[in-house]
Amino acid sequence: MNQFLFEMANIRDQDSWVHQHEPEKATAKAKDLVRMAVARVRGEGALPYNMVPVTKSALVIGGGVTGMTAALAFADQDYPVTLIEQSDMLGGNGRNIYRNWKGERFLPFINDLAARVTSHPQISVKFNSAIKDVAGSVGKFSTTFSDGQSFEHGVAVVAVGGEPYQPEGKWQFLHGVNPNVHTLLELDKKFIDQDESLKSIDQAVFMHCVGSRIPERPYCSRVCCTHAVDAAIKLKELNPEMDIFMLYRDVRTYGQRERLYQEARGKGIIFVRYDLDHLPQVSEESGRLMIRCHDPIIDADIAIQPDMLVLATAIQPRAQSAGSLSKFFKCAIDGQGFLLEAHMKLRPVDFATAGVFLAGLCHYPKSMEESIAQAKAAAARASVILAQDAVPAESVTAVVNRAKCTGCGVCTEVCAFNAVSLDDNGLSVINTAMCKGCGACVAGCRSDAVTLKNIGNEQIMAAVDAAFCD
Amino acid sequence: MVVGGGVAGVQAALDLTELGYYVYLVEKSAAVGGAMAQLDKTFPTNDCSL
Repeated sequence: MNQFLFEMANIRDQDSWVHQHEPEKATAKAKDLVRMAVARVRGEGALPYNMVPVTKSALVIGGGVTGMTAALAFADQDYPVTLIEQSDMLGGNGRNIYRNWKGERFLPFINDLAARVTSHPQISVKFNSAIKDVAGSVGKFSTTFSDGQSFEHGVAVVAVGGEPYQPEGKWQFLHGVNPNVHTLLELDKKFIDQDESLKSIDQAVFMHCVGSRIPERPYCSRVCCTHAVDAAIKLKELNPEMDIFMLYRDVRTYGQRERLYQEARGKGIIFVRYDLDHLPQVSEESGRLMIRCHDPIIDADIAIQPDMLVLATAIQPRAQSAGSLSKFFKCAIDGQGFLLEAHMKLRPVDFATAGVFLAGLCHYPKSMEESIAQAKAAAARASVILAQDAVPAESVTAVVNRAKCTGCGVCTEVCAFNAVSLDDNGLSVINTAMCKGCGACVAGCRSDAVTLKNIGNEQIMAAVDAAFCD
Repeated sequence: MVVGGGVAGVQAALDLTELGYYVYLVEKSAAVGGAMAQLDKTFPTNDCSL
């Protein structure tokens, strides 16, 4: 049977579940719902199954480890890929990180990945590029870049990454004021540069949760506990005599990373807990850093005068995630500006918008191995579309009654999908391949000339009449 | 061929069919679902996994 002849009276979700405690009224409502559905379905007709041919190429937005991994996953299946990167270099945030919690260095891995991407015959990389406009939908997008060039692709993977929170306000802790206060990434740069001065440090303090898990940023940034503990262990490797204090709220070295925490404890690194009501106080006294905090275990105030203070700062989304990108690809964002997947468990790398997928830090703070796994998952899900020659397009599209159309053009302006235009006679025409059936033109038409197939005035009025017939 | 009919195996099999492959899914017990099918609520959305 043609699926558009089907109408559902949802007496479970919309009735028996919500009116559990009023069974008699619920039964009466169920009868209403069934009667309305019958009235609607009477006026419906079979609709064609529209198909859109699939453009067998992919767009990957973001040239970090996540974006490069996704691009290679497409290209190794022989699909052409355009990878766009806002800077002049591949690698993203990963280039600023010294090593992962297993002790593996990032730079050689990233350089190898970037070399594979740039030399792959199916990947074209656009540096210093941003997206200017996106048209079309699943199977056939057409994206225009900042240099004016455009690219047609069947699917897109968004991997624009995140960025480090820059300490400010009560979380600044003299960062940018005292030269011995660093963020974790700034310390990593010293590790990468093999800075000899680290060996002469006698005492170091790490501050966890800088800018994370506070009202403005209620989420845990997930990687900073592990990163801080690993950096502390690295300092101990450089100078085993160094005293190291970790000021933490909760240690979240989850999973096997717990062993790293045990190793740190075994090496004599001291963990001191603080909470938001007892924030450690950082000041300068006679040119030296002074940190005062309360140790709840010995119930005493302590003072430390370290040579170095390291801030484990939050990961935050990039502004463009919630800005232009979410508009271009109609993808949802959460309250913080991270991009939101279609379903946390059932569709973890899909957007609600068909044909667009996400991976990496733009989704939520996560470790590199998780970003890589997500990039491969997103590319695999997108390949399901690329493997097909055509994908279903919207069948419930708008139709114009040309006898009623006055050619005012309101419908062409309200259409978000560029599916409506005025023909040579000045009358409205719908491009059914691009129409998404949203109904904006129907609501906008002052002449009642546009209707949606199977959701016309007749069906709606029939359902209303059925609802109030008794 | 997908070996194991738990949630990972079932999802892998479904994704492969969408790619156009015929899939053999091998499961040792009498039903698919594995350990997941025994969970009443799953974090954090409290969906019933059945």
